[in-house]
Amino acid sequence: MLPLNDVVHLAVTGIAQGCAYGLIALGFVLIYKATEVVNFAHGEFMMLGAFAVLAFSEALGWGFWPAFVLGCLSIAVVGYLVDSQIMRRIIGESQASVFILTVAFGFIFRALAGMIFGWNTRSLDTPFDGKLAIGSLVEISYDRLSIIVATIIFVAAIYLFFSRTRFGIAMQAASQNQLAAYYMGIPVKRLVSMTWAIGAFIAAAAGALLAPVTQIDTTIGLLGIKALAGAIVGGFGSIPGALFGCILIGVIEPFADYYLPGIKGVSAYVVMLVVLFVRPEGLIVQTYQKKV
Amino acid sequence: MSGPQRLSVRNLSIEFGGVHAVEDVSFDVEPGETFAIIGPNGAGKSTIFNLISRLYEPSAGSIRYGEQDLLELPAHKIVHVGIGRTFQNIELFEQATVLQNLLVGRHAHMRKNPVSDFLFFPGVRRREIAHREKVEDVIDLLEIAQYRDERIADLPYGARKNVELARALCAEPKLLLLDEPASGLNNEETDDISFYLEDVKHDLGVTLVMVEHDMKLVGQVADRVMAINDGRLLAIGTADEVRENPDVQRAYLGVAE
Amino acid sequence: MQFLFKTAYNDDIRFLARTGEKVRVALVMILLLSAPLVLQDYYLAELGLMMVYVIAGVGLMVLTGHTGQVSFGHASFLGIGAYTHSILLSYGVPFTVSIIITPLLAGLIGMALGRSASKMHGFYLAIATLAFGILIETVFGEWASLTGGYMGLAVPSLKVFGVPLTQVWQQYYLDLLLALIVIWGAANLFRSPTGRSFLAVRDSELSARCLGVNVEWVKIQSFGVSAAITGLAGALLAHHLTYLAPDVFGVLESLKLMLMIVVGGLGTILGAIFGAIVVSILPVGLSFLKDILPPSIGQTAGIEPLLFGLIIVLVIVFEPGGMYGRWMKIRFFFETFPYYRKSSFVRQKSYLKTERMR
Repeated sequence: MLPLNDVVHLAVTGIAQGCAYGLIALGFVLIYKATEVVNFAHGEFMMLGAFAVLAFSEALGWGFWPAFVLGCLSIAVVGYLVDSQIMRRIIGESQASVFILTVAFGFIFRALAGMIFGWNTRSLDTPFDGKLAIGSLVEISYDRLSIIVATIIFVAAIYLFFSRTRFGIAMQAASQNQLAAYYMGIPVKRLVSMTWAIGAFIAAAAGALLAPVTQIDTTIGLLGIKALAGAIVGGFGSIPGALFGCILIGVIEPFADYYLPGIKGVSAYVVMLVVLFVRPEGLIVQTYQKKV
Repeated sequence: MSGPQRLSVRNLSIEFGGVHAVEDVSFDVEPGETFAIIGPNGAGKSTIFNLISRLYEPSAGSIRYGEQDLLELPAHKIVHVGIGRTFQNIELFEQATVLQNLLVGRHAHMRKNPVSDFLFFPGVRRREIAHREKVEDVIDLLEIAQYRDERIADLPYGARKNVELARALCAEPKLLLLDEPASGLNNEETDDISFYLEDVKHDLGVTLVMVEHDMKLVGQVADRVMAINDGRLLAIGTADEVRENPDVQRAYLGVAE
Repeated sequence: MQFLFKTAYNDDIRFLARTGEKVRVALVMILLLSAPLVLQDYYLAELGLMMVYVIAGVGLMVLTGHTGQVSFGHASFLGIGAYTHSILLSYGVPFTVSIIITPLLAGLIGMALGRSASKMHGFYLAIATLAFGILIETVFGEWASLTGGYMGLAVPSLKVFGVPLTQVWQQYYLDLLLALIVIWGAANLFRSPTGRSFLAVRDSELSARCLGVNVEWVKIQSFGVSAAITGLAGALLAHHLTYLAPDVFGVLESLKLMLMIVVGGLGTILGAIFGAIVVSILPVGLSFLKDILPPSIGQTAGIEPLLFGLIIVLVIVFEPGGMYGRWMKIRFFFETFPYYRKSSFVRQKSYLKTERMR
């Protein structure tokens, strides 16, 4: 039996990890709600974001925050371009083709990142040094805390954006019926690309914030698949659901790894498969029945 | 499958999250008759069909076909009882040819065994030819021979409607649920449909239940009519009786000034 | 313009009704059968490997192309086939018995997966099969007592009816024979009720149900048939690899299989064959590209996945029908010359959310 200190420690780091998954999942869900496309390569935006922030802080010698903003913005641009140049051309194709396309993106991004930034592990200096202690039980490092805080900020921002701004409401309309939205004069294509940009931005931010914990190399994007698993566990159609699922997985993982060492690394998938087996539509049902 | 039976619907209800799509609807369809269901859009007509096809689960009520309680059966067993249907928005197999669609229509009568199919035993070939002959009879009836090898995705709307009907007929149903068979068709095509339906009724002895908006078609082919509004029954009777009914006129047909 | 006048229903059922088709197939068969006379051992072995991938491709195509069930972990069935076959052989089970049991076992596991997956659609299905693939790879690695774990497993040598097949051409004919049987069998499936029910489930589960198709059972069957065929490919693959390791059957391999059927053309057996050809030629093509590219680009570690990914993207964006689609357009061009019209192949797209629901 684990001592209480360790339990709390594992749980807290698990929450932080889950939030990191959640930030990636946020982007997934946004893109999915807008276009029904699941971007398998979303984790790579996270990886690219980390590298971009690293590049800006090293190349320009600027502090963390300017590099952070610029890095994330640059990846947002990449996201916008991916949609406007490629995804737009294949609107309406079969879902299988679209999945495979996004998986292929993953390969391309990983390879390009390696070729541009090198294949070695790099580290990023962030202003989040040190730990925060609450009582004698809870101790969390500031960099992990930053992820949790960032998650709260982004979720709140997204919520306000979609429910209060014209842009957000227009996006909701487009996500329900693209053709009708067109007729209403909504620039659907641009909105969708913006969605990709926002999703990419958030993932990039997650990458930069997670850098102190995982270091930066070309494989960190594969976290995205676990984020996908988490989002499915919680229910893919809703942001709170996806977040919940991701945090759940984030917390379960360290405990599963401790008690069942054979499961190392795949506990996220086991949980996901169990959930899918029991509730194939996800824990929070969001599928639509076709109206005939 | 035995001869045509009576379809009995009693107190059928279903709600979707608080909305009573169908509320306490009861009606009978006698074997061999043509029964039309009319009403404004959203009245619940297609929902009734989906309930009979067992695509939805009712919250109350019963559906019997002859002695068989349909609520005991899963959706894919309904055709074995003798009930077929077409869909309002055409649910054909888009990537397949007309012929393949029609042959799937015979599925209820086919023996399917992956092993013998993989090895294509002689019996498989024989049965394929037998089914093909049946399918050709339907093709002749609905005059779609020229489309046999075309993919559905390449066909014009009117042709698709005919294929949809043909596919349902290939299952040799005793009762056919037709969801807006004439929607989207011009006058000529609608006349064709009414002739085909008459043929189906008289040559094949099929009971027809159809949801329709085209009152002329309803007047031509229907023996009895049921009017629905807001999920509730307004009137049942002959076409004339229902047409004269003031509730129906107010809700749907329009009152003459 | 070529017209086909049919006089009997058998003309529709028969595989090669047109003279053109018969000639083409005959030519290909002559080439394939005489390959050992012409090709050196290295290329012959590659050709045999291509045959194995044809089998694997057909296996995946049945599930994804014909039944519409995306499977992102299909290499796991290759692995199941490879490991099962090798383990059985190492216990002294004769080849002819193992080559029957292995697909059966793979098929059963496939059916189990199918049963769990039958309620899932779209990307839920994709991610679930991906997770399945990852799990199986982990099982291969962790169950060391059976599979040799991460250290790997040596494959017993190839012996059919007690006769050791040490020559490359012998193994080639074995691969070719089984590939032909699988192609023939799969093609049979799709001119018979079982295969048609697969197509029905792909295109419209709803109306399939109303026509009497038990959709869940069809999916289970499709997973089973697909897994069995892919398991067979795995068994043959083992004899090419001669040494098995878990990561050979991981996500990258699953992706290679997916690439095969997408590039080849979803929904046709010919597409699987095209895809296998492309995937087999890919390494050769890649090393060729590496040579002609400037060294700074050509020799870096990431160049292969990059080119991999680029090819997939280019094919999906510009020719979603895959090689098969391109082939049909070329054939159509020649058949209808000079009346060819590009607009005959306008893409059908679905924009409404509800339209894309199943």
